[in-house]
Amino acid sequence: MTEGPVSSATLPPHGLQGLKSEWSRLVTTSGLDDIGRTWHILDNGVQDPKITLLCVHGNPTWSYLWRDLLVEASEDIRVIAIDHLDMGFSERTGTVRRLSQRIDDLSALTDELELTGPVVTVAHDWGGPISLGWAERHVGQLAGIVLMNTAVHQPAGSPAPSLIRAVRLPGVLKNLCETTPAFIRGTMALSRPRPSKAVRDAYEAPYLGRGRRAAIATFVEDIPLSEDHPSSSTLDAVAAGLTDLEDVPTLLLWGPSDPVFSDLYLQDFEERLPNASVHRFVGASHLTPEDADVASAVYSWIGQLGTDGQPLTTEAVQEPLWSAIERRATDQDVAIVEMGPDGASRSVTFAEFSNDVERVAGGLVELGVVRGDRIAMLVPPGIDLAVSIFATWWAGAVPVLADAGFGLRGMGRALRSADAGFVIGIPKALAAARTMRWPGIRISTGPMSSAQQRLTGSVASLDDLRDRGRGVTLPTRPGPNDDAGVGFTSGSTGPAKGVTYTHHQLQAQRDALVRLYSIDASDSLVAAFGPFALFGTLMGIPSVVPDMKVTSPGSLTANALANAIAAIDATLVFASPAALSNVAATAGELSSDQAAAMANARLLLSAGAPVPVETLRAAAAVLPNAQAHTPYGMTEVMPVADISLAEIDTVGVGEGVCVGYPVEGVDVAISAIDEHGSAVGALTSDTGVLGEVCIRATHMRDGYDKLWLTEHYASQPVGWHRSGDVGHFDDEGRLWIEGRIGHVVTTPVGPVTPVGIEHAVSLLEDVELAAVVGVGPVGTQQTVVVLTLVEGVRRPSLADEDLADRVREITHPVDIAAVLVVAALPVDKRHNSKIDRTRIAAWAENVLSGGRMGRI
Amino acid sequence: MRVLVTGSTSLFGGTIVNQLIDRGDDVSVFQRHPSGIDVLEHLGDVADADAVSGAVTGVEAVIHVAGLASVSGAWETFESTNVIGTRNVIDAARRNGVSRFVQISSPSVAYVGKSLIGASAGSADPTTTRGHYATSKAIAEQLALAADSSDVSVVAIRPHLIWGPGDTQLIGRIVDRARRGRLAIVGTGAALIDTTYIDNAADAAIAALDGALDLGGRSFVVTNGQPRPIGELINRIVMSAGIAPPRIKVPYRAAKTGGSVAERIWERRSTDSDPPMTSFLAEQLGTAHWFDQRETREALGWVPSVSLAEGFTRLAASYEA
Repeated sequence: MTEGPVSSATLPPHGLQGLKSEWSRLVTTSGLDDIGRTWHILDNGVQDPKITLLCVHGNPTWSYLWRDLLVEASEDIRVIAIDHLDMGFSERTGTVRRLSQRIDDLSALTDELELTGPVVTVAHDWGGPISLGWAERHVGQLAGIVLMNTAVHQPAGSPAPSLIRAVRLPGVLKNLCETTPAFIRGTMALSRPRPSKAVRDAYEAPYLGRGRRAAIATFVEDIPLSEDHPSSSTLDAVAAGLTDLEDVPTLLLWGPSDPVFSDLYLQDFEERLPNASVHRFVGASHLTPEDADVASAVYSWIGQLGTDGQPLTTEAVQEPLWSAIERRATDQDVAIVEMGPDGASRSVTFAEFSNDVERVAGGLVELGVVRGDRIAMLVPPGIDLAVSIFATWWAGAVPVLADAGFGLRGMGRALRSADAGFVIGIPKALAAARTMRWPGIRISTGPMSSAQQRLTGSVASLDDLRDRGRGVTLPTRPGPNDDAGVGFTSGSTGPAKGVTYTHHQLQAQRDALVRLYSIDASDSLVAAFGPFALFGTLMGIPSVVPDMKVTSPGSLTANALANAIAAIDATLVFASPAALSNVAATAGELSSDQAAAMANARLLLSAGAPVPVETLRAAAAVLPNAQAHTPYGMTEVMPVADISLAEIDTVGVGEGVCVGYPVEGVDVAISAIDEHGSAVGALTSDTGVLGEVCIRATHMRDGYDKLWLTEHYASQPVGWHRSGDVGHFDDEGRLWIEGRIGHVVTTPVGPVTPVGIEHAVSLLEDVELAAVVGVGPVGTQQTVVVLTLVEGVRRPSLADEDLADRVREITHPVDIAAVLVVAALPVDKRHNSKIDRTRIAAWAENVLSGGRMGRI
Repeated sequence: MRVLVTGSTSLFGGTIVNQLIDRGDDVSVFQRHPSGIDVLEHLGDVADADAVSGAVTGVEAVIHVAGLASVSGAWETFESTNVIGTRNVIDAARRNGVSRFVQISSPSVAYVGKSLIGASAGSADPTTTRGHYATSKAIAEQLALAADSSDVSVVAIRPHLIWGPGDTQLIGRIVDRARRGRLAIVGTGAALIDTTYIDNAADAAIAALDGALDLGGRSFVVTNGQPRPIGELINRIVMSAGIAPPRIKVPYRAAKTGGSVAERIWERRSTDSDPPMTSFLAEQLGTAHWFDQRETREALGWVPSVSLAEGFTRLAASYEA
């Protein structure tokens, strides 16, 4: 080991895109290999830093990978990004350097650099084990760990080992990694979106010529796939050493589209480092720092290190989610009724229900469900869903509630991101799960023939679980701070986001609804809106699911609603606007008995999407004794505010939609938006301030699932939830919602919000629906109205001058640059009501720049 | 203030003169033909340095409106009026101790042949301009701004598409073509175009005059800040004149190709009239042209006082009269 260099370390050539030559320097570690070795590193040279980032690249990249971290570093953060020996522009030693050697090398380098202050290691790919090996030796100065698409262990089920074996086949390895630049180019080809030519060239710059690429092959060779591999024991030791790092703040940043380090590797790290913060950049692939804005994530995360990131928690002791069913465990009253077509129905009593939950929970434990496991529910609202959810809790697990409205692709993405180990589903859903290769051990709701079992790949049915669960000792029930569920936001912009709730948060939500609508033991509930189907059981009151298609809320008829009410003498009706709209439309078909049943309801609740006042009024007319209400809220926190039909009529027309007063126990404040449409203002509850609606409540979400950065941005200040809605308080203290923050039109004379104008324009008698969007650069945008006519048109066009005049008369003093008439406005699939303004804006931008006037 | 306005026989020049008179300035004018306005008048060509020098003697401020605006014609004629003319006026202003100089320019001096969407002013650059007019105006603006010094503050104002009652350029041509049934909408008619109502343009020029001492060396695009689809603008113009809106639509590509053909034919015919379409005009009519007005309004302390709607009402009234 005393060979001289094959070729010396050099500085990178000038002009590599995004790289500043002042960052580069050469450092010699005198003791290494007895003769000393020279490294190329990037170093922003910050003196007396608060924190030093030690950035360690993988194979076949180099320190160039970390240039954004150098660019974005604040003045008190030193960033050192190294080129491994034989890699990048460091010395070509002519030696074979295995994992243990590389950990020694890195330690020698940091000794040479006299790196003594707090260090956060940042690593990608096979830089991961090297940086972790270093971290385990330097725990005293370790302030944090950041890992991206890497591994310390080959988890079962990963295709990576076979890939690696294929690469290592005789003749292949040298050819792929050393003789040709194929491995480098292949790695670059994994990047999403594809980097520019200049960036690709920069990655290749230190590896021009086969003599410079020897270590790329060595790195691949050094991945231990069997126990007799020379690096196997080192890697195992690094992996085992992670238990000592459990309390070191850790951030896992992942590109889930990575064909090598897939989600399986992320899950492996999550198990080894259970306190880690996780952000999955959906769509990003292997080269995480190229594919995603990791600099923002790293620096946001570092910024909050050492601060108390815990949101406010309630002191109040709440009853667990199952207290009602335990209380009524011997009660022969009906708990849930499922209405079927032609008057058929299925029902369960409270006694049967709690007994059933216990047995299914036992079955889940028998099947291998352990505390904290996630179980996806692909079950429509009803008895099976309620049983499955309660049983999941009693087995110590966490239900994941995906939404059929996402479509197959969206569902698959949601389930993969939630990392559900088990899936309970109806046969149709399980067949899809199998076909689409969604993860998880499959459990069917109903009994299956062996052919069906093959088709769905299910290992058990709920009945099997009932049999196997008899007499099984259940684990300790989850505590108030354990996860209670994962739901999903609608994802009208980008993929659906997983939202996590703890038990105390769901308890608080149950109690908030009980308080808000004065629900007591005399009540019973028609749950025509999926997410509320469970609430009757949570509250300990009977509930009924009417006969309707789950995926199509508009299929609820007045007949079906009346039959559901009659079945349990329901006093509460919870439904979506689409369902209520159809109920009103079909009210004429009611028999006199059915009409009489309708009179039993005392409360009509419209939830899930903003309800047009006409719809609420028409539905209320069908339920003559019901007070009509609609709560304001979102997946992350519900309810936030509430308004009754009577109040809507009192407040009249204004800027946006009045959603009423914040409900008891909820703090609502406004963060004012600036001229760029960014919510930068300190929280205020002053009248008339336009800004982002920020919410704090005990029944608020816990966080976003594996979306650390998203959660960080949405939780400013700590303990609050930034809703993404914009609005204001009126002088009575009522909240008005004016649209989404991303849809605010930033005109030169100030922000313009869409909802109020859209509503006013849609009141023109020939107008059906209107969307207000901005075109042009932020801060100097023009406001545009895109609308559909009652009469309908076949092709999009400019509005005629008469219509444009009438629109502008209404919108004054907001100047409307253009009024466009289209055949249809896009709305989101899940709610069939939220206008997709982002898409309309992009269309309008193109049309009004002189582009083709095609369909939106 | 003793102010000389050049080119006062144009709608824009005349409007500026009248507004200056109304507020009590001591106004004189310079152009080739009598303006009919009751002020001290010097007649002459801006290309004639001696004539210009005589007109500039004794004034404190100059608003240089005179220029040749046309979509076709030989380079020499643009050079003579716009480049040499401007050089003569700015030279005379420097020699005669003029302290404020407002150069009337055009957004086309910074136009590089793509759609402008909320664009900021940009620097005049004769190497990227399209057509002789824009090139000559770009050189003229550079000349004028280069003369900015502690002695004379030079400000360039670039109004986009000035129009109003009595306008023979934009409005006159559109109405004339519409009357002859030869007006077509290029493309979808949806491209957003900024325009400037005449009174607002004049206000902005005078605001630049008043603020010149603080604004020396800068140039500002001036518009109503109310872009509209080109089709809607044209319809409203012809409807103001009591004519039915055009029904003919020409695809953008066809207009652009046809325009370049027409340009070549007109070049050979060496006529005085403009071709019915040029490729530059097709671009102007078929792609968005609107501007970020925040900096202009902030710097000039000016906002348009006549909205588009009010402008069209006044235009219609002028045709009814």
